[in-house]
Amino acid sequence: MSTSTEPKTENSTVTTERITGSEAVVRCLLAEGVDLIFGYPGGAIMPVYDELYKYREEIHHVLVRHEQGATHAAQGYARASGRVGACIATSGPGATNLITGIADAMIDSTPIVCITGQVPKHLLGSDAFQETDVMGISIPVTKWSFQITSPEEIPSVFAKAFFVAKSGRPGPVLIDITKNAQFGELDFSYEKCDRVKSYVPRPVVDLERVQEAADLINNAKKPYVLFGQGVILSEAERELKAFVEKTGIPAAWTIMGLSAMDTDHPLNVGMLGMHGNYGPNVMINECDVMIAIGMRFDDRVTGNLEKFAKQAKVIHVEIDRAEIDKNVKTEVAVLGDAKEVLNLLTPMVNANQHEQWRQAFRDCDAKEYEKVIRNECEPTTGMMTMGEVIKNLNKHTNGEAIIVTDVGQHQMVACRYSDFKQSKSNITSGGLGTMGFGVPAAIGAKLGAPQRQVVAVVGDGGIQMTIEEFGVILQTDVHVKILLLNNEFLGMVRQWQQLFFDKRYSATEMINPDFQLIAQAYKITANKIDQRDELDAAVKQMLEHEGPYFLEVMVGKENNVFPMVPAGAAVADIRLE
Amino acid sequence: MPQQITIAVFSENKAGLLHRVTTSFTRRKINIESLTVSESEIPGIHRYTIVVEITEDEAIKLVHALEKQIDIQKAFWYRNADIIHREIALYKVRAEAMQEGSPALEVVDRHHARILSVEAEFAVIQKTGRREATHQLFVELEPYGILEFVRSGRVAISRPMKELKDYLSELHFASQR
Ligand SMILES: Cc1ncc(C[n+]2csc(CCOP(=O)(O)OP(=O)(O)O)c2C)c(N)n1
Repeated sequence: MSTSTEPKTENSTVTTERITGSEAVVRCLLAEGVDLIFGYPGGAIMPVYDELYKYREEIHHVLVRHEQGATHAAQGYARASGRVGACIATSGPGATNLITGIADAMIDSTPIVCITGQVPKHLLGSDAFQETDVMGISIPVTKWSFQITSPEEIPSVFAKAFFVAKSGRPGPVLIDITKNAQFGELDFSYEKCDRVKSYVPRPVVDLERVQEAADLINNAKKPYVLFGQGVILSEAERELKAFVEKTGIPAAWTIMGLSAMDTDHPLNVGMLGMHGNYGPNVMINECDVMIAIGMRFDDRVTGNLEKFAKQAKVIHVEIDRAEIDKNVKTEVAVLGDAKEVLNLLTPMVNANQHEQWRQAFRDCDAKEYEKVIRNECEPTTGMMTMGEVIKNLNKHTNGEAIIVTDVGQHQMVACRYSDFKQSKSNITSGGLGTMGFGVPAAIGAKLGAPQRQVVAVVGDGGIQMTIEEFGVILQTDVHVKILLLNNEFLGMVRQWQQLFFDKRYSATEMINPDFQLIAQAYKITANKIDQRDELDAAVKQMLEHEGPYFLEVMVGKENNVFPMVPAGAAVADIRLE
Repeated sequence: MPQQITIAVFSENKAGLLHRVTTSFTRRKINIESLTVSESEIPGIHRYTIVVEITEDEAIKLVHALEKQIDIQKAFWYRNADIIHREIALYKVRAEAMQEGSPALEVVDRHHARILSVEAEFAVIQKTGRREATHQLFVELEPYGILEFVRSGRVAISRPMKELKDYLSELHFASQR
């Protein structure tokens, strides 16, 4: 039991209590406002689990079925709620199972704190049972990590972990705690961290740079805004809108920036990148000034860098200095938080319409509609297409749902065609492209935004990578909707095989289980359709159903996602067919 | 054009930091030619001096990536012209080679090397200098038989006059926002 003492410090009274390290872990989580944690128990973390039992009224522990699911769920939670996601696992295999999700969170800048148990300090390095050098393994894929070997370290390390995870460019943090530190005692008091020596999460914005950017923008004939997740992370959605509405500049998004701007906004011109829209891809090589906001020029966005927007003067608004000039050389780099920079920039730019320039995008849209969208979204014969399913989903969600995707063709189609009216509504694995992300991330998203409709759009390949998380839906009664677009192929890879490997379908055909039976085994109401005339009612039923629901739609087996910028090609060489 | 670049990384030495430092190089397939960890002029701040063969563009990106690490305080990159640098080399030769009248003595002299220690069976020669100089001595001593050879990593002092503590106080100010 804890005892209270009140040692006096110079000018304040800090209350400390003598408690165990494991209790301190839980108390730290509570102090950081964590009321939900995704995890899986095991030997090296049992003392903390014992405390989680005692504090079960305050912290809801969600028992995942595989630790990878815990990280993805924490990611989904973080991205839907804007808070830090938390997960916990045991040492050895528990810790290594977290790594895929940690790497995903790293590349997609998602704030999560992962706690792993570790063998007692005196056994470190002895190849003890379930000992893994998780520090060594995780260093390249964490924003920060720390191994706690004595209980006194717990409060300050947790405080720093949460601060680092969510500040600046967010990312995953791992805390490894040896078992002796969990059993040992400490005088506990908690102080939140608000700075770390020489770590500058929010660089001071250089006004001269902002002025230079404004000058470029004011003189531009064909300016082009390209925004990424930085807008969502800094909650700069309104500022972005104000900026583009004042300047009349067409704005395209990276897949991670999706939902930061309403789909039907007249200045939202669509997605740039490999499976992006035709207009944004073609026009990026036509614009004279590019304003890139909170994005990092991933190769899936730029295609061949040698042929990417070479004519444009580039303004890069970015919080992470390491991203500036990394892939694309900038004319003006504005280091800083997107919201802060936009607030400074907008008053400096002239009002404009750029009507002719915007018309050029609309002309491209018309071409894309003719060549791609009509067939993809409004077919009348043959098997159903992914595009028409997403369009139907829009009709029933009214663009108000959170769309979580897995990875593959369905992901690209969902991101291309989903409607959004609210930010933080598109949750996808953009940078790592992690199959298996969808189902657990949707679970996390639903728990992070319980009042919202959450739909996981998944493929028949990816769903099987984390289908065990149906167990969470069952046990925790998470009201997610799962929409499986079943093409009985690893569709995206098959598409590449068709286009670039003479249709040699090497290891991409799937002999699938009866997904209906699997869903039912987990007591999830399930339906399967393969006829177009069933679609509307089936989607409606899924969304109206009280509770979790699984809808499987059989779609064309060999449909392709277009447009497409072949890997290594120039964005302007985008193929419509 | 790749050239010899010296990277200086400053940190409060924390367990696991060396790994964080080196993965920044290895994941970019940058080969570390030499690495020296030592104290700096500021108590509690350690310095990693790392020599690599990269372009200036790569050096800039690498330094940014290093500084992004939470536990790294500051990193710099230098061309050879920006620094004064040295390495130290030790050579173990048979005692006979250092006896009076031995032509090897003349080699040691000419290279401004010094005999660090003479034992019953062997002698140790020390030479401080740039890599080419310590290498040249090696070549010239080789005919007399080198039993063991070791060369330290590079240590380097930068020419610019701005002190680390000034950089750190700027960062300190910026991190308080
Ligand atoms: C963990 C993982 N393994 C492999 C891949 C490579 N990959 C990318 S898309 C894809 C196919 C996905 O198939 P499916 O889930 O059925 O979705 P579809 O493309 O058919 O919509 C594969 C194998 C990946 N992204 N992630």
